[in-house]
Amino acid sequence: MATEGGHGSQTSGEYIQHHLQNLQICKLDNGEWAWNQCAGNPMALNVDSMFWSLLLGFIFIFLFGRAAKKASPEKPSKFQALIEIVVDFIDSSVRDTFHGKSRLIAPLALTIFVWVFFMNLMDLIPVDWIPELSKMLGTVTGYDQLYYMKVVPTTDVNITFGMSISVFILIIFYSIKSKGLGGFVAELTLHPIAPSFKGAGIIAAPIIIAFNFILESVALLAKPLSLSLRLFGNMFAGELIFILIALLGVWQLPLHFGWAVFHILIVTLQAFIFMMLTVVYLTLASEEH
Amino acid sequence: MDLNATIIGQSIAMIVFVWFCMKYIWPPLMDAIEERQTQIADGLAAGEEGKIKLDNANVESKKILDDARKQATSILDQANARANEIVADGKQDGQTEREQQLSLAKSDIEQETNKARDELRGQVSELAIASAEKILNREINKQDHADILDALVKKI
Repeated sequence: MATEGGHGSQTSGEYIQHHLQNLQICKLDNGEWAWNQCAGNPMALNVDSMFWSLLLGFIFIFLFGRAAKKASPEKPSKFQALIEIVVDFIDSSVRDTFHGKSRLIAPLALTIFVWVFFMNLMDLIPVDWIPELSKMLGTVTGYDQLYYMKVVPTTDVNITFGMSISVFILIIFYSIKSKGLGGFVAELTLHPIAPSFKGAGIIAAPIIIAFNFILESVALLAKPLSLSLRLFGNMFAGELIFILIALLGVWQLPLHFGWAVFHILIVTLQAFIFMMLTVVYLTLASEEH
Repeated sequence: MDLNATIIGQSIAMIVFVWFCMKYIWPPLMDAIEERQTQIADGLAAGEEGKIKLDNANVESKKILDDARKQATSILDQANARANEIVADGKQDGQTEREQQLSLAKSDIEQETNKARDELRGQVSELAIASAEKILNREINKQDHADILDALVKKI
């Protein structure tokens, strides 16, 4: 599909690069808005990632909101039963891990799981369909910038970081909420080596505190970093392999099928891991010592 | 994979989605699930109760059936015994009747016989007298005498 068809003049390298390029918009130095000239610009916006993630988020809101609105205990529809299975699954997972009372954590877990699952699921759409469609649309309407279209939001590190940073803020919020600001600072500075404030130990205390702080900060920052990079890495690698398979010509058919079947597992698993780790981190943050 | 403002957009989107989910999706779904769970539990309990009731009713009906069977058997036995009794009674009655009739017939026959015998006796004696008269009348004739006696004998 890749070497034949509409872009026969493309080399494999160009083909891959095209598939990994986001549709970006940014404000140039001269004050003009420009498409796809934003490499390295920190204020650039990946329009395709935002569009697809928002669309999928709204699909989640729409599907689950409709089920919630129409939910009837007496005569549940099959759709409601499906939604209930998902909700019940998340609810029991959260209950097993998080023992406190929180109105936020379970809905947060549900949102993360379903949203990430939907975003990952875009990976199973054949890699050329939507980009080619977008390219055609761009040619027809004159919006040439639609030449670039990356459809799997979770293969964009910005998207995964955006989510994990929100989770990170929640971790800090829950830590301060359950331990107080002092408790949070103490957790960062008085572990794992407890400094002594009596006698000669007071001289060593600042060094120990600084050491603890560096160690604990790394541990704290590693949480959102690993959360987002795990998801991004898995989905990016999966997408890249789909692109490489698409380059193979006829042989892509069995390979693509096999990888897609395997990817169903990855898609679900990564969504579950992201959700579960979020719950675990928040549980750790809100645990009293 | 350069980082850019998409992070901020995604974070805002996530906060809004989570807030919406927390406010409008999770509570009604949870309520529906919990309500149905209690309903299912109630239904199961009611089913269990019904089963116990059915078991009890089965035991009861079996008991009633057994009683009825027993009663029927006893009625049948009684009826059989009664029938035997009646037959035996009938036999006895017949026997008695027969004997009565027989003895009656016997006595009748005896009477008749006696009567006939008496008659015969009378006739014989008359004949004997008549024969004796005749013999007396013709005493002389031995031959006659014998003849008469023979005749008499023959007559008897």
